[in-house]
Amino acid sequence: MNWKTFGAMLARDAHVARRNAVQLILQTFLQPLLFVFIFGRVMVGSGYMPAIYKSLLLPGIIAISMVFTGIWAVAMPLIAEFQWTREIEDRLLAPINMTWIAIEKVLAGAIQAAVAGLVVIPLAWLVLGRGVGIQMENPVLFIAIVLLVSAFSACGGLALGCSINQQHIGLMFGMVITPMIFFGCTYYPWNALAKFPILQKLVLINPLVYANEGFRLALTPAMPHMPLPMVYGALIGFSILFTWLGLRKFESRALD
Amino acid sequence: MPIGIRTQELRKIFNSAPPMGATGGFTIRADAKGSKKQPKPQITALDGISLEVNPGEIFCLLGPNGAGKSTTVGVLTTRVRATSGHAWIGEYEVWQNQVAVKMLIGVVPQRPNLDFSLTAREILVFHGAYFGLGSKERNQRADSLLEKFKLTDRGNQMTRGFSGGMMQRLSIARAMMHDPQVLFLDEPSAGLDPQTRILLWEIIREYNQAGKTILLTTHNMEEADALCHRLAIIDHGKVIALGTPSSLKASIPGGYLLRLRFGNQTPDLLQRLQSLTGVREVRSNDGVGADVYADRGGSLIPEIAAVAVSTGAELSDVNILEPSLENLFLHHTGRSLRD
Repeated sequence: MNWKTFGAMLARDAHVARRNAVQLILQTFLQPLLFVFIFGRVMVGSGYMPAIYKSLLLPGIIAISMVFTGIWAVAMPLIAEFQWTREIEDRLLAPINMTWIAIEKVLAGAIQAAVAGLVVIPLAWLVLGRGVGIQMENPVLFIAIVLLVSAFSACGGLALGCSINQQHIGLMFGMVITPMIFFGCTYYPWNALAKFPILQKLVLINPLVYANEGFRLALTPAMPHMPLPMVYGALIGFSILFTWLGLRKFESRALD
Repeated sequence: MPIGIRTQELRKIFNSAPPMGATGGFTIRADAKGSKKQPKPQITALDGISLEVNPGEIFCLLGPNGAGKSTTVGVLTTRVRATSGHAWIGEYEVWQNQVAVKMLIGVVPQRPNLDFSLTAREILVFHGAYFGLGSKERNQRADSLLEKFKLTDRGNQMTRGFSGGMMQRLSIARAMMHDPQVLFLDEPSAGLDPQTRILLWEIIREYNQAGKTILLTTHNMEEADALCHRLAIIDHGKVIALGTPSSLKASIPGGYLLRLRFGNQTPDLLQRLQSLTGVREVRSNDGVGADVYADRGGSLIPEIAAVAVSTGAELSDVNILEPSLENLFLHHTGRSLRD
């Protein structure tokens, strides 16, 4: 393992992320914050939603911002670099095992996801205004959830980025991302689906569900949420699955 | 100490589209096993390439598009996995020792693959960092390479807006950044203006004089002739000729090639041409012409014209080619390099 090369690649990704910071911030936070503003501030303020909805919304907003930052940060550059600009060849020719190049991409994406989570908390708090009932009783649990969600989203980005053809990016939004958001228990707890038992079981294939429920567990334990082992198990399981799939796909993309 | 390159019976069969720059000219064969499923088209890109490039040599792979040049470079640079056979850079088997091999080589791809998220200077500096160069060293080298490739004033610009020639120069500078022992250049002068091409040739020679081994691919005979110590002509994934440019040119029968076309070709015409003084070999060309290999050129024309008149064949076109690698390729394949 060549740590100097690994570090240099990480430094390159950090440099590019810094250069594109404004674009990244708008891309990551604008949509969730607008959602928070309309549902958490306007709808609650005007009495259409109960005040407690604010507390329910915040964990979901953290999760969705992190998950899509992680997926995007890894998948989009990979799609472009493998299929369009071929610029990843520069790194494929660097003196390091190919698997480590994929792992570096995942680590860079996971760091961006964690940063996104930590930035969106105060932002969402500001937008929501008074009345958000967050109780972080167990900081270790919160950190564990942040790490797991960052990891699984970046691994998912690797798998997705190495599987999708660039002409199918539009289809990916419609067929993967949109259903993932709506059936991801971001804007309602998983428990709320109890009246729709089939749907409640079907959404379990959506990893975003566990990210949302994990943050509810860590930040609003008084609200209904999934049991902790289920959240841990699923997030670890999805991370392993996506890593395995992503590394295989990465290798088949990288080699002719 | 300079490092050599060796390949042994390299074969590569693609089950899908071959990599960029290696298209056209492949032979497609059906699956030999004859399974019930629709056989996948298999494309043989390399068909047993064995080469030995001496340490400190400028070696050239010459051939038309799709001959297998880029695939050979791909295998030697860890980017293409050979179906069978072996390749070595120095003492390292390429597939078994990828990291050690990558440390020794620099690669200029056929199509620019510059990092579009970085400026020209950053591309060089980060490349140096990937290869473990210290901060001071990589900054100094980046500056001197920008200077050498006349890119200093564009150093702090993003490369997205660069012209093709500028991207190519930067790709070469990047490949030299970590001072590799072996430099691969895949069609380095494609798309360069003549002035830049000469600059490039000078830089390649200078790099070689520092004891480095260079392998370049081209379909430009002039480039192969001017630059290479030795070259291999490849076609359809096979080496069809190997040697120094002068020895290869000397191996063409007679040296001169007269490409003749007749409006009306008669059977005894070729035999009569063969009997002319100085003619070494005559080949029929699609029934409407003949390729005459001879040790003289223009002075043969009156005799050829006389033969044509006496046999009733109407001479409609004459093209005299002096000894060149183009003729050699024609001699071996019956096709022009530009076909």
